[in-house]
Amino acid sequence: MDLLNINNLRIEFPSRHGTVVAVDDVTLKVQPGEVLGVVGESGAGKSTIGNAVIGLLEPPGEMTGGHVFLKSEQIDTLGAEAKRKIRGRRIGMIFQDPLTSLDPLQTIEQQLVETIDLHLKLGEKKSQERAVDLLRQVGIPDPETRIKNYPHQFSGGMRQRVVIALALCAEPEVIIADEPTTALDVSIQAQILDLMRRLCREKQVGMIIITHDMGVIADITDRVAVMYHGKLVEEGTTAKILGNPDHPYTQSLISAVPRPDIRLKRFPMVNYIEAESVRPRHIDLATHWLGKSRDFEDVSGPLLSLKNLVMTFVTRHSIIKSRRKTFNAVDDVSFDIAEGEVFGLVGESGSGKSTVARMVCSLYKPAAGEVNFAGTDLTKIASESERDHFRRQMQMIFQDPFSSLNGRMKVMDIIAEPIRFHKLARTNREVEQIVTDLLDHVGLGAKAAVRFPHEFSGGQRQRISIARALATRPRFLICDEPTSALDVSIQAQILNLLKDLQEQLGLTMLFISHDLPVIRQMCDRVGVMKQGKLVEVAATEDLFEKPQAAYTRELLDLMPRLDKLSHEGLEVEKA
Amino acid sequence: MSATEYMEKSRLRRFFEGDVWHSFTRNPVAIVAAVVTVGMILAALLAPLIAPHDPFDLAKLDIMDASLPPAWEAEGDARFLLGTDDQGRDILSTILYGARISLVVGFASVLFAMVVGIILGLISGYVGGRTDAFIMRIADIQLSFPAILIALLIDGVARGLIPKELHANISIYVLIFAIGVSGWVQYARTVRGSTLVEKNKEYVQAARVIGIRPLTILRRHVLPNVMGPVMVIATIHLAIAIITEATLSFLGVGVPPTTPSLGTLIRIGNEYLFSGDWWITIFPGATLVILVLAVNLLGDWMRDALNPKLR
Repeated sequence: MDLLNINNLRIEFPSRHGTVVAVDDVTLKVQPGEVLGVVGESGAGKSTIGNAVIGLLEPPGEMTGGHVFLKSEQIDTLGAEAKRKIRGRRIGMIFQDPLTSLDPLQTIEQQLVETIDLHLKLGEKKSQERAVDLLRQVGIPDPETRIKNYPHQFSGGMRQRVVIALALCAEPEVIIADEPTTALDVSIQAQILDLMRRLCREKQVGMIIITHDMGVIADITDRVAVMYHGKLVEEGTTAKILGNPDHPYTQSLISAVPRPDIRLKRFPMVNYIEAESVRPRHIDLATHWLGKSRDFEDVSGPLLSLKNLVMTFVTRHSIIKSRRKTFNAVDDVSFDIAEGEVFGLVGESGSGKSTVARMVCSLYKPAAGEVNFAGTDLTKIASESERDHFRRQMQMIFQDPFSSLNGRMKVMDIIAEPIRFHKLARTNREVEQIVTDLLDHVGLGAKAAVRFPHEFSGGQRQRISIARALATRPRFLICDEPTSALDVSIQAQILNLLKDLQEQLGLTMLFISHDLPVIRQMCDRVGVMKQGKLVEVAATEDLFEKPQAAYTRELLDLMPRLDKLSHEGLEVEKA
Repeated sequence: MSATEYMEKSRLRRFFEGDVWHSFTRNPVAIVAAVVTVGMILAALLAPLIAPHDPFDLAKLDIMDASLPPAWEAEGDARFLLGTDDQGRDILSTILYGARISLVVGFASVLFAMVVGIILGLISGYVGGRTDAFIMRIADIQLSFPAILIALLIDGVARGLIPKELHANISIYVLIFAIGVSGWVQYARTVRGSTLVEKNKEYVQAARVIGIRPLTILRRHVLPNVMGPVMVIATIHLAIAIITEATLSFLGVGVPPTTPSLGTLIRIGNEYLFSGDWWITIFPGATLVILVLAVNLLGDWMRDALNPKLR
């Protein structure tokens, strides 16, 4: 008998614009001790399945077909009270954000003991012992004292361990983990996945892991189910799905995953989800608008040269100087970027990579050091109008496609703003032509101009951002995590677009990412940052093949191993 | 619906098919409140046309008509539906004219408070540092006094400084200023809070990277994105402003008795309440209650409908 059996599940969300079928005829089975991965992109319906199984489907969603069996008992027909008893007791849950899944006003002990006592009726003393024991099992050092702490006193990774302990405390038969490591850094992700894998084996718990991340799938699952638009398109053992997928969607999904071990020319076959528009027409800089009046100074040395850059943030304000506390987000960073080069900056969250980018484009004023761009130290420029000359040459693409565009402006006005500000066109008609042309080059088409940003998907918005950045005809582009908020296939499209534009326009780029495989695909040289310091700078291939610094080696070791993934259709770039 | 179809629709049609209009048609309270509000505004605007008498034309007043009860009472007169006051003025007509004054003062003072509050809030939130601390401390100081006291203070100072004949002419502007100043803090605080959130969003940083100057960023990027909550506050503030005006007029420091507002009417009628002439004060009072209630309910609905978290 199967531990958990989801049979022909169908979930609908009725709305006044028509009914949306979020999950359509999905059948999944989980055995004890097995980890089943449910993978798919945002909106594929994977989280809805998890919510339906634990009876937390958000209204107006409703199950309109199928059954859910836990062992031999049918649980989808149970009343709210009976479902509540199953939740936590027989089916445990782990959510994405470890900060919001714990009550900030209660100590870990209160939360654990309450849950254990509620489900297992052990009495307070026994429950306490069990809580400490659980914390030890999930790898929290010194659990006897740590149990008295509040959630905010734990780091992100430790907090997720506590959430796992909470999910395990009533000895559930099944655990549903919805994106359990998405909010965590790579190094912590690896530890948490190891822990979940081990606990699942030891306790013979069946686990469903819902994720968009192929690295997580490759790391810990036994079997994988691939979701696409609410339907289950393919299911099988992890080795089979990753190594030899049958369905074209799975194939395109896998080919879009950036590989840590090889560098591709372009990502192939990424047109399954959001039809990738035709590859932008080749731009001939001699005749095209984007090449016109490139009144840039020629540079003999590097285009951008950072010297001993320091950025200090005040962490405690005070009128008295000696009582102020400061923190160096960026500490003595120096590197050069040659014209036409793509330079990558990589590091975990909080390592100062974005701060460097913001100092380069004058959003932050450095506490010390020089930002030399085309031979001029930007930190010494006093007047705004003098700075405009350099601003035109240097543009930035931001991380979050949902907040990087002003929702109250039409796309036309968003892209026209830099053109008008820098007076790059003489007439309104000319401005409109340029905007239309730019939209064409980023693969959106002229019709996009009259619409508002909220009418576009995340990937399309990122294309608008790119068009806006290109509108000043820059020679230097800063990309701050341009794809980390996007689904993997959309990421592949955007990376392809950036690569094409970089080649055609001869752009110099500073490319910031926490994602080493993406860095490998995009960059010529890479700098590794840790706690505000640059620990290593090397050519990309050298960095991946022969890392020098201990920290770089550590980062590379923690990368999810994707060597099981199919290499079919990939075109490897020779160094 | 495809994207192109969507675009071909006019703005008006999109509004009528949008969520806000949908929520409005499903909410009977909001519909009644809107109908009452619009009805009262129209009646007040058209007062010279629809009022049965001109209560301020002294030549037409007849002392013989003084203190007549409403038409349905035994001693009532069919010419005066809601009765007359001590000088023979028709109550219905004075209410229509009085509502005019109340609404004008209400709208104008809300607008004044809104403009002042938005500007100070934007500066405070965007510039930060000492400027922010300075503006917000002033706001805190003002908040520690009841709004009505601030309005009384301003009105009193104006009375003391401005010659009496002149004051009668400009008293309505003084009143608008007084009520407006007493209400800017709410706008400034709300706008400051939203500005703090918006200025850290990437679209503002993108504008800064382009080189756009701060004033343009505030006007073109930040302002449109902080207006939602402001409109909601404005609706609720409108009701408060009307009440404040009525209170000041009731206390005798508002508009002069020659151009009575609803508050003045209530005060005049109040003197006759115990002599049995209840209609002189009850009808203006009821009008005020209905108007304020309707505007308030409309504001409440708007707060919920425009809040995406509650949808």
